[in-house]
Amino acid sequence: MNTKNIEKQFQILRTLLAIAIATAVAFIIIYFIDDNPTATIKEFVLGPLQSRRKIGNIITNMTPMLFVGTGVCLIFSANQTNMAVEGGFFVGAMLASVAATMIKLPTPLHIPLCLMAGGVAGAAATAIPTFLFVKYNAKPVVSSIMVNNMCLYVGLFVINHLIRDPGAGFLASYKFAETSRFPEMVKGTGVHYGILVGIVVLIVGYLYLNKSKAGYEIRTVGRNVDFARYSGIHVSRVITKAQLLGGFLAGMGGAVEVLGMYKRFQYQALTNHGFDGIMIGIMASYNPKMLPLAALFLAYIRVGADCMQRNSNVPVELANIMISVIVIMIVAESFLYKMKHRRIVAAAGKELAGKEAA
Amino acid sequence: MELNILSMEHITKVYSNGFVANKDINFSVHEGEIHALVGENGAGKSTLMKMLFGTEKPDQGRILLHGQEIHIDNPTVAISHGIGMVHQHFMLVPSLSVADNLVVGMEPKKNGLYDIAKAKEIAKEAADKYNFHIDPNARIRDLSVGQKQKVEILKALVRGAKILILDEPTAVLTPQETKELFIELKQLKSLGYTVIFISHKLNEVKELCDRITILRGGRMISVEEIAGITELDISRKMVGRDVRLDIEKKPAVAKQTILKVSHVNKVNNLGKQVLNDVSFCIPGGVILGIAGVEGNGQSEISEIISGMERTFDGEVEVNGRNIRNMSVRQLRENGVAHISEDRMTYGIVGDGSISENIISDRYYKKEFQKGLLMNQKKIDDLVTDLIEKFGIKCDGKDQPARMLSGGNMQKVVAAREFTNNADLIIANQPTRGIDVGASMFLRNKLVELRDLGAAILLISADLSEVMEVSDRLIVMSGGMISAYFEDASQVTEEEMGLYMLGLKQMSPGEIKGVSN
Repeated sequence: MNTKNIEKQFQILRTLLAIAIATAVAFIIIYFIDDNPTATIKEFVLGPLQSRRKIGNIITNMTPMLFVGTGVCLIFSANQTNMAVEGGFFVGAMLASVAATMIKLPTPLHIPLCLMAGGVAGAAATAIPTFLFVKYNAKPVVSSIMVNNMCLYVGLFVINHLIRDPGAGFLASYKFAETSRFPEMVKGTGVHYGILVGIVVLIVGYLYLNKSKAGYEIRTVGRNVDFARYSGIHVSRVITKAQLLGGFLAGMGGAVEVLGMYKRFQYQALTNHGFDGIMIGIMASYNPKMLPLAALFLAYIRVGADCMQRNSNVPVELANIMISVIVIMIVAESFLYKMKHRRIVAAAGKELAGKEAA
Repeated sequence: MELNILSMEHITKVYSNGFVANKDINFSVHEGEIHALVGENGAGKSTLMKMLFGTEKPDQGRILLHGQEIHIDNPTVAISHGIGMVHQHFMLVPSLSVADNLVVGMEPKKNGLYDIAKAKEIAKEAADKYNFHIDPNARIRDLSVGQKQKVEILKALVRGAKILILDEPTAVLTPQETKELFIELKQLKSLGYTVIFISHKLNEVKELCDRITILRGGRMISVEEIAGITELDISRKMVGRDVRLDIEKKPAVAKQTILKVSHVNKVNNLGKQVLNDVSFCIPGGVILGIAGVEGNGQSEISEIISGMERTFDGEVEVNGRNIRNMSVRQLRENGVAHISEDRMTYGIVGDGSISENIISDRYYKKEFQKGLLMNQKKIDDLVTDLIEKFGIKCDGKDQPARMLSGGNMQKVVAAREFTNNADLIIANQPTRGIDVGASMFLRNKLVELRDLGAAILLISADLSEVMEVSDRLIVMSGGMISAYFEDASQVTEEEMGLYMLGLKQMSPGEIKGVSN
């Protein structure tokens, strides 16, 4: 057993253990606040599988995550902590809504146009922290959070002044043109064709990041920026590219979400889809290959928490607590370090003994 | 006097990349002796000493001081037990004075404030007591390397060290400074101090030390009285086989000029002139060595030529083209390869596979593309071939580079930099910290590439390396070229030392030869 395999093993072990601990935490919380914990836990674990509608909910939950998650993989693989994917998702949804309400086109053109509009808006959101970093070395950790707020208010401003439907009775846009909406794919489940676009995006994202020269550049810059510069890679260009593409995908995710799930734009606040993307990105180690699994997991416990909330007094936020615990455990690099080191020592000793015997 | 003041028993240390640095080592020193710890690079000397100083912890074994088992969890504990260490890379604050550096972490206080006068007094007393000639008021950054080393030694002594560990102290010194250091160390010995002297320079060990412990491949090979062992025996035990340490070299055949550096000046961000009117040329087929104590402008010159540093005055031409406005990629395409002195920062990407490390300068080329994606098969073939040609010991091309030993990491760097058909190869400290086998391999490769017509700039702090491998030599001191030797084989180390220290300086007329 060589060191590389031990490391891989421990990464899997750590993730599984993180999930187990998070689940245990969730159960303990349920146990303390609920009168009938067994039934509630059962609802939480098995609820999402109880009906076609709920399975559909898992898939519709996953759909925007695939876009934002792939975008996050691109951005964070370049080691840029640009969280403007959150705002990017929002303005993407906004600009797509503008395109969906103000333009008339046949469906085969209208949907792509809305997706493009969403993508461009999303890229614009991540472009701001990128520019500030490349030009003035302002850390995106801070600037991107500011940008998220900007996105929220710019988005609401546009909706309010350009496409607000005064007859709706609340802050919402006019209805989207039918030609711009994703049709339902499976009757009675809410699952729409956006999931197919998401799968394509995921596969293309995987190939781009792991198999193309542009992806090689992004990963190399992310792992060791000095080495990249030394090798002749144009670092700021690569950083910019990764973040614009990541923002584009996040914005596109916003477009797909509103056009698939809603009849009009009706968000009043940031939606947290961006941070969901970051969380599943972390769980997948920023590798699109593992992303569907992470997205499925997050979507599943979201729906589970929702089922549980309907039948008990445990709030839906429990899912967020679980995810937070998992992310913390995965990010904590020293978690299980000692055990791993002992394994490495033992393996190295055995290998040495083997060599001597030979 | 007590015989074994300190002993380490059955010490084993495995790094988290699976590398066994120490295996069941027994090591002990007598009170009041100078004890040599020798071995090749990578034999485990530094690791063993790091455990003694508390910067690493052993996985097995125990450490006894005066027969009592002690647990050295961190350097503070080591110091409290009277163990002090002088690192090869100095741990000093350049902008502070000698006195400040000596008392750092144990500053004398007066009314709750730092008592500068008292600090100076402590510094002066210590310098007098041990007969070290050091001005307590001088700033560290104005001191020479030899003086900085004295400050490091004093720093350990002021903290009450009775056992001093010196990690390759002479590696950074000129022959003259080395002599001075030896006098001081012998004086410390006569005062009852115990010194552990890490080195791989056997003549020095022979001259200075009382006993010797030899390590090889992470194991203890033998402990001897220095009087009873010859240099040849030591080197045999160190290497374990007969290694040819000389380089086979035909006379150089100079071709047309490839690198031309003219009147390069550079002022660093502290306002110090680090390069002062440096001019030289290298024709194809020639190895030009730059000798000098580290920090005399060698790093700057290599960074400028490799395109990593842009702010300088003067002209640099490669293959007749001015490099000033070239990106690193353009420069590499114009025939420049570069082995950086900082392997871990620039030379490799630790989390990347061996394969990803080797292709970093050529991944974008057409031959490695297949449609929109990279041609993985072609890359795999190339990398598999290079791993074999360069004898990189690994578990395969997908192994992360950080899991390799230093020597194999450097071979990965070489597998990249030596195979891109470069006309100019900048090799900055190519063999620093790697084992003899890998070092010899790299040196011979450089000569081989020279014979194929490449111009090679070899920068090395290892005097014997730079003298043996180079065809022509320049010495740098204080940012200037202080000497030029047309024939590197006709120079003695002592003579070089004088130029390295800046005690001698050739006239511009004598140096001019290097620019033609």
